[in-house]
Amino acid sequence: MENHFTLEQQKESLHKITSDLIKPIGINRSFHLWMGFLTLALLGCLYAYYLQLRDGLGVAGIRDYVSWGMYIANFVFFVASSLIGMLITAVLGLSGAKWISPIARISEIIAIGFAAIAGLVIVSDMGRPERLINVFIYGRIQSPILWDVTVVTTYVLISLILLYLPLIPDLAMLSRNQTLPKWLRKAYELLSINWKGTASQYEILHKAIKIMAILIIPVALAIHTVTSWLFASTARVGWDSTIFGPYFVTGAFVAGTGFLIIAMYFFRKNYKLHDYITELHFDKIGKILVLVSLVYLYFNINEFLVPGYKMKSHEAVHLRELMAGNHAWLFWGVQIFGLILPIVLLLFKKMRKPLPMFIISIFIVIGSWFKRYLIVVPTQEHPFLPIQNVPDNFIYYQPTLIEGLITMASFILVLMIVTILSKVFPIIPIWETAHEKGIHEPEKLS
Amino acid sequence: MEDHSTNNNNSRRDFLQKVGLIASGTVMGGAAMFAGFKFETSKKKESRIKALTAEHQLIEVEAEGHSHPVEDMLTELQLQGREGIPDKRWVMVIDLAKCRNARQCMKACQGAHELRPEQHHINVLQMQDSENTAPYFMPKPCQHCDNPPCVSVCPVDATFKRPDGIVLIDNERCIGCRFCVAACPYSARIFHWNEPLKEQEYKENKSKYSQMIAEGKQEEAKELEKKVAYDVELNVPQRRGTISKCLFSADRLRVGQMPYCVSACPNGVYYFGDENEDAVTNGTTKQTVRLSGLLRDNAGYRLMEELGTKPRVYYLPPKNRLFPFPEETLITNEHHS
Repeated sequence: MENHFTLEQQKESLHKITSDLIKPIGINRSFHLWMGFLTLALLGCLYAYYLQLRDGLGVAGIRDYVSWGMYIANFVFFVASSLIGMLITAVLGLSGAKWISPIARISEIIAIGFAAIAGLVIVSDMGRPERLINVFIYGRIQSPILWDVTVVTTYVLISLILLYLPLIPDLAMLSRNQTLPKWLRKAYELLSINWKGTASQYEILHKAIKIMAILIIPVALAIHTVTSWLFASTARVGWDSTIFGPYFVTGAFVAGTGFLIIAMYFFRKNYKLHDYITELHFDKIGKILVLVSLVYLYFNINEFLVPGYKMKSHEAVHLRELMAGNHAWLFWGVQIFGLILPIVLLLFKKMRKPLPMFIISIFIVIGSWFKRYLIVVPTQEHPFLPIQNVPDNFIYYQPTLIEGLITMASFILVLMIVTILSKVFPIIPIWETAHEKGIHEPEKLS
Repeated sequence: MEDHSTNNNNSRRDFLQKVGLIASGTVMGGAAMFAGFKFETSKKKESRIKALTAEHQLIEVEAEGHSHPVEDMLTELQLQGREGIPDKRWVMVIDLAKCRNARQCMKACQGAHELRPEQHHINVLQMQDSENTAPYFMPKPCQHCDNPPCVSVCPVDATFKRPDGIVLIDNERCIGCRFCVAACPYSARIFHWNEPLKEQEYKENKSKYSQMIAEGKQEEAKELEKKVAYDVELNVPQRRGTISKCLFSADRLRVGQMPYCVSACPNGVYYFGDENEDAVTNGTTKQTVRLSGLLRDNAGYRLMEELGTKPRVYYLPPKNRLFPFPEETLITNEHHS
């Protein structure tokens, strides 16, 4: 049917797609301003890290009992957020959902940003970062840290491949676009590895993408399951749980989808992509957010209600602290504003529009971050044996400004990666968009 | 004819292929031999170092056995620290009936291991198991588990289990990830968040030491060597950004003495000894008793048996205590579960 378009119509349509999607590429004034701002902020945060290197981890609020604090919570959050790449490209892509093509690349970029920086976040928590090499020299396979290093690295690599493969036809197209600067076109040409756009090339490309999309599923499940095992492999109350793997994975989908919606809203508005990222996309992704949030809620109920029913003495202290004690405000805030309210609101079609979803997603993301904090910190405040003969700051964890700034640095780095990638590559795949409009061999037209 | 010519072509191609293979093989082999030769000669050069004799003569000597003495010492101590003391299975028994919170153990321990006052390798806790049972004092060192969760999770083998039962830390290898702190159910581990207590002193000694070596004062340097070399069995000097914990005073055991805490106790709380010999000695009375008998007669137990960590520290229950519990000192706000 679609093939019945005349050649002229196809050409015109392709021209519009290409110029729309290429427009954001390149460096303009707002890019300079934004990156300048990010760089300045990053420098400030790096000074905080310099202080930590100079004076030791003591500049953070963590002490002998609560020895994992904001850094580790943030690490878990970063690994969680990076799972969105797998959810969109692999789970939805392989199940044949065609509508994901304009948001697949965005989700892949988010995944790469968070997964790559997660590695740095964990280094910021190390007392001896200069000895990182020891992990490779003396690495012991028994330690879940080794598993984590292995799978996170693999995930970053596969995500990079999954970003790159669908880029190849676009790169070839961009290398022929006269409006772009010459050096950039040269770089595109090099990266497009002689893409001609023949039918057989497309066949190979589709096959390769499919293989990588399948491969990424176990790896993505592994990164967050293994991250959950950093906690679940201990005997600590609140961590000693058999459902931590799926609990973390489903929570990851919630956080990642939140970030994806924020990014979709931003790119649609600033890159003027209203014709490509449509209300339909928001509606669909909103439904997905409801689905993953419901699954996560289910795991939350299991995680808290089952021990809560028994109230074994150690568990009871932990649960009371969370639900009625020191952390109660945070706990209920996260559960209500970060999970239950978004689920209820997104059930209404009116709420599944870009702006309301953008606002809801901000709540989801903030809730997700504090949720990780609540998983990591309170457990350590109640070890099996009493905390005695130590100063007060050993008993209750109080994050410091330096800790906050170093955590901020990790977010700035992710923003930089996402900004740069979205400025040098079309944020929406041109060729896939063309294919969907019935232009099957865009290379022949241009 | 056709056939013949193709055959000819084929054989020529074959021949050329073979020549090519042999040629490239020769070149690669030659390159490898040349590289090997270069490596060997460079190694020979490096293994000889220049040194100044007492008569101010420059001589060349074999490098082996002449490298930096502190580094030699380190490896030796670290190796010895990992091997442990042969044929021993160290075990501690803590008699809760005798503990009256004198805290001499904590003091001796902090002194020996150069710890800040708020950090403990051994900590005397006020315990009360349930509402209607009596409170008691419980000294809590590292339990030196036979199935240690801290050792399992360590990513770099910085904390390890020795054949003689002691769990030690190599703070020259520790990366400071604190997974072991998270994994330990007994809260036995501490971390050097800031500069260790005697860091300045250590730095001064180290620079003094290098100066002595440079000036050739071997005798004096030897004296100072003990203070600058890292003893893995004492975990001193402590290092910023690394873990520390109770070591069962492995350095004292090596010279045939009781651990610091055991000998410091004025109340006879601690017994220490070798499980293989089935004998433990009280640190205060110096009386040696059968371990099995002591545990059997007093209903000895281990902490949190249900976790499967298999501690090497036994407790004797706080019955018929030798002192009344000072009610007014009881900590009401307990931060544990």
